[in-house]
Amino acid sequence: MTAGPAARLQEVGLRYGRTVALDAVTLDLPAGCMAGLIGPDGVGKSSLLALVSGARRIQAGRVEVLGGDMASARHRGAVGPRIAYMPQGLGRNLYPTLSVFENIDFFGRLFGHGRAERERRIAELVEATGLAPFTDRPAGKLSGGMKQKLSLCCSLIHDPDLLILDEPTTGVDPLSRRQFWELVAHIRAGRPGMSVVVATAYMEEAAQFDWLAAMQGGRVLATGTPRALMERTGAASLEAAFVALLPEAEREGHRPVEIRPFAGAGGEEDGEAAIEARGLTMRFGDFVAVDKVSFRIRRGEIFGFLGSNGCGKTTTMKMLTGLLPASEGQAWLFGQEVDAGDIGTRRRVGYMSQSFSLYSELTVRQNLELHARLFNMPAAAIPARVAEMARRFELAGILDTLPEALPLGQRQRLSLAVAMIHGPEMLILDEPTSGVDPVARDGFWRILVELARRDRVTIFISTHFMNEAERCDRISLMHAGRVLVSDTPAALVEKRGARNLEQAFIAYLEEAVAEAEGPAPIPATAPVPAAKGAAQTLLASPPPASPSPRRGFDIRRMFSFSRREAMELRRDPVRATLALLGSLILMVVMGYGITMDVEELAFAVLDRDQTTTSRDYTLNIAGSRYFTEQPPIADYDDLDRRMRAGEVALAIEIPPGFGRDVARGRAVQVGAWIDGAMPSRAQTVRGYVQGMHADWLAQRAAQGPGGGVTAGQLFTIETRFRYNPDVRSLVSMVPAMIPILLMLIPAMLTALSIVREKEMGSIVNLYVTPVTRLEFLLGKQLPYVLLGMANFLLLVGLALFLFDVPLTGSFPALAAASLIYLCAATALGLLASTFLRTQIAAIFGTAVMTILPATQFSGLIDPVSSLEGAGAVIGNLYPTTYYVTIARGTFSKALHFADLRGEFLPLLLAAPVLIGLSAALLKKQER
Amino acid sequence: MRLANIGTLGVKELRSLVRDPMMLVLIVYSFTLAIYSAATAMPETLSRAAISIVDEDRSPVSARIAGAFYPPYFLPPVPITQGEMDGRMDAGLDTFALDIPPDFQRDLLAGRQPTIQLNVDATRMSQAFTGSGYVQTIVGEEVAAFARRYRAVETPQVELVLRARFNPELKPSWFGAIMQLINQITMLSIVLAGAALIREREHGTLEHLLVMPVTPFEIMTAKVWAMALVVLLASAFCIALVVQGLMGVPIQGSVPLFLAGAALHVFATTSMGIFLGTVARSMPQFGLLLILVLLPLQMLSGGSTPRESMPEFVQVVMLAAPTTHFVSLAQAILYRGAGLSVVWPKMLMLAVIGGALFGFALARFRESVARIG
Repeated sequence: MTAGPAARLQEVGLRYGRTVALDAVTLDLPAGCMAGLIGPDGVGKSSLLALVSGARRIQAGRVEVLGGDMASARHRGAVGPRIAYMPQGLGRNLYPTLSVFENIDFFGRLFGHGRAERERRIAELVEATGLAPFTDRPAGKLSGGMKQKLSLCCSLIHDPDLLILDEPTTGVDPLSRRQFWELVAHIRAGRPGMSVVVATAYMEEAAQFDWLAAMQGGRVLATGTPRALMERTGAASLEAAFVALLPEAEREGHRPVEIRPFAGAGGEEDGEAAIEARGLTMRFGDFVAVDKVSFRIRRGEIFGFLGSNGCGKTTTMKMLTGLLPASEGQAWLFGQEVDAGDIGTRRRVGYMSQSFSLYSELTVRQNLELHARLFNMPAAAIPARVAEMARRFELAGILDTLPEALPLGQRQRLSLAVAMIHGPEMLILDEPTSGVDPVARDGFWRILVELARRDRVTIFISTHFMNEAERCDRISLMHAGRVLVSDTPAALVEKRGARNLEQAFIAYLEEAVAEAEGPAPIPATAPVPAAKGAAQTLLASPPPASPSPRRGFDIRRMFSFSRREAMELRRDPVRATLALLGSLILMVVMGYGITMDVEELAFAVLDRDQTTTSRDYTLNIAGSRYFTEQPPIADYDDLDRRMRAGEVALAIEIPPGFGRDVARGRAVQVGAWIDGAMPSRAQTVRGYVQGMHADWLAQRAAQGPGGGVTAGQLFTIETRFRYNPDVRSLVSMVPAMIPILLMLIPAMLTALSIVREKEMGSIVNLYVTPVTRLEFLLGKQLPYVLLGMANFLLLVGLALFLFDVPLTGSFPALAAASLIYLCAATALGLLASTFLRTQIAAIFGTAVMTILPATQFSGLIDPVSSLEGAGAVIGNLYPTTYYVTIARGTFSKALHFADLRGEFLPLLLAAPVLIGLSAALLKKQER
Repeated sequence: MRLANIGTLGVKELRSLVRDPMMLVLIVYSFTLAIYSAATAMPETLSRAAISIVDEDRSPVSARIAGAFYPPYFLPPVPITQGEMDGRMDAGLDTFALDIPPDFQRDLLAGRQPTIQLNVDATRMSQAFTGSGYVQTIVGEEVAAFARRYRAVETPQVELVLRARFNPELKPSWFGAIMQLINQITMLSIVLAGAALIREREHGTLEHLLVMPVTPFEIMTAKVWAMALVVLLASAFCIALVVQGLMGVPIQGSVPLFLAGAALHVFATTSMGIFLGTVARSMPQFGLLLILVLLPLQMLSGGSTPRESMPEFVQVVMLAAPTTHFVSLAQAILYRGAGLSVVWPKMLMLAVIGGALFGFALARFRESVARIG
């Protein structure tokens, strides 16, 4: 294994659109050791690792991993199970609604471990990582450090030879970070042949690795051991070495940050208090996010906050800004008590939130102006203030640029300028420098120091970087909602007798964790020694039956995807609601909304005859179920007014002398005004009135002595409304709506389930595990087919019991057709998901792909035979057409299997064709 | 001061919208092409209906009947035998099957009142009902015209004169254009307001606004007025250019009065959009919720089928929906030329519903803001 390099890259290039991520990189990553890629965000580290892991498609150059070409699908298939890849972002390859156990179990199933084997391995892994007490907790509710440990467990379940870790400790507290690395070290001790490749932005960590490659701008600046890099540049620290390695142009203007000591650097009681907090507490339900935090910050001081993600730093800061009302405790800004409802306090504070949060649609200038206005600065003063900010924060050249086009460092300066626009006396900065490269970070800090020392602005800042913490006048360490300690950095190091600030913090954290958990079986302080034994027993002994994953179609892998999908669906209330309730709601809505029955229409009569004959004519209309009579119309004005107001849909005018003329057989005209505003209704009304008029005539002819023969009496037409004798709209619509609902919702949910993975990042599991495309697709599809069948039963129940539509034909035939149809509908969703990228696109894309063809071209309203052109072609291909015929046939026409053979055949073809197409289009690698 | 904030924030919303090409395309599409195509694609009630004829008479009159069915209302009739009829109807090949009995012509001329059987596939509601009326009329006319050559036939003495008001030719596109416009107004105002809120939350800018001296009321009001303005402007253009200009639909009443009603409606629907924006935790959830909310609003408002034909409870429930009142207001003003004296109760209802939705959304919004941490 150690013979060649773990991975060899030759002239590898990669670009996203016009952005160059990797520029002809040639690099050998050594095997059997810890190899690190260092550099700030966005220099190509992640892209390089994605290429090595096989998750991303190679665009240019050659990548050889574990002795084979990664461009070859065959080699990827063979070598894939030997590589473990942990992508960037906390727990990005995990499923947040699944528990710790379920997550690991899912990966175990993918690699084909049997039940006993899986349980043994999971038990050992959670033991080794200290996750054992939390196996039932959903991954989404774990802290950052725990997520990363879980992610590591998932990666290690199949004994990889090459472990690829992409920024595994970004955003993780120092203690968890150390535990993580010790865990990796012990696993390596157990499997000496294993190569580990890590990308990191923490230079302190990288200093511990065996071999490093420094990257910048898609290129490799230098490689070698950490010591060699430092010697080469003559730098004292790795960070300084990295800056020294940068090309001249990028290093330009870089000066080390110098800090004059804080003027009031005496005891804590000295100076005026800018911020004072006493017993600040924040509870979200049962969860205590901030627990009795107290501190005191003096005017003009730079005060640092350190701690892991989710330890309460952000919440504390929000309480100070007045964003959140504290559950308990008090805080004072400049001696005034903070009140969340008091808008006045907000004017004295500038706040910069964790992520870039300015309007990316507004230019730099517009952003500055907007904030100035919202802080109610006088309009006349704004241009001057904007200009001043631009000068001070070096934004003058980019005032009319959109923030999106700017590098991260400049964006952070803009955020700071916006926070400073109204001249606040205090700045609250929540992790302002994460992701910013060292040179830009130093520039940022120079501005901060100037603000604090020259303008006496009080700065309250949170950070993950130790060297930034060292620059603060005083720092507080937070853990689990509590402040552990506050003091000057030097004093803290001294107090613990530690080598440096990081060691001091870890010591404090360990103490706090031990206190919190007591002598529990798996205290988080202990996992390191505990892990040693466990990890070694786990990984030193070759696993007894680690089966080499089967290359072809494996039904177990397919089911593991189905199982997981079903679990996720159960835990997502909005999707589950849509899946079950949504179709019922829509069925009711459409059942009543697309009705074509016209009943109980308002009509009124302008009877200017007032004889028995005229009343007889009126009664003939009023007696039908279609019309309800309103008070009679007085005159033409009344008629006009009531029709305009929409009170009557039909007005009948009977002329004076109507009765007399009818009796004498003289020609006479009855007037009917129909409200034409709604044409379909008007047309139906016209039909009804004509029919009733003819009826009335026939009755008269039958009663009285007729003269000649009228046209109506020459012959009769006997109309038989078949299948639906009462011509009820629901009988016609309900069986046709089931196909539409069974198309729309299953297709959308299936498409969402895959596109969601693309958006959340867990799609990477398809790229780097031995699962095949067909297993993945069918596995994803199965739960939705079953869900669709449940839906089908509900809809049939609704049709039978709420809408009273009888099922006259064969239920088995209908159910069988539904199952086949659902396979086709979900397959259509799969097909859509192969080219849609975001969830919102998936919703609208599948809606477009299903609603129009299903409602317009499949015979719901107009029969397919009546369609022309493209509509007719789509109608004849679309599976809904055939299922509509089957549904109507079984519901209304009393048909059975044998009568519907012609419709089953096209349905049976649709699903395999669609699934095959999806499998062909689905990418097994990211582009 | 507060008004200034609402103004500034609203202008910011408009600026953001201008920079979002997808939304702009959506707006332009919804108010032009979507309306035009949906309105003109609305089929005449009967079009290319499939009919077959079992001709057991094979006489001049039966040939005459068969020759009277032709496109666009009917497909050319298919001659079939009586044995084929049931099978073809079961398979859905024909909507109508006409059975002319043997000796029809002889009986007709002998005054024996023979009977023609018309079979209708009543599962095809759209064609079945009006279509059978057409078939009866066509057959009746052909037979009468044939008979008139041989014997005296009287025209009925009482004539029914039918006039359709407001849309004399009953063109479906007139109706469709306005109803589509209403649907688009409803959809866009909900989408724009809801998406604007969710985008701010996803980008973290909402939190940023809240650390400034700005209240949730100001933020929400700014979104409502900005998005309402966009939708109203688009509707005004659409009425002038697409509905009146391109499609030539005559508008009876006052367009400003309609726009005033639309403003009240949009006030209600943008508030609803913001409410949905606070319920949905992400854009995808918003999309799913939108489908569940929008369809009932559109389909049960009386814009697609008459309200009178819906069950009592649906009618009552839908009185709480702004679309119901807006649809009836729009029909009254635009088709029937009704004035303020007729439509004021509907405007009042819209204002009440809008106020309630706004208050409800604001309460939700305040609550969700407090939980932002």
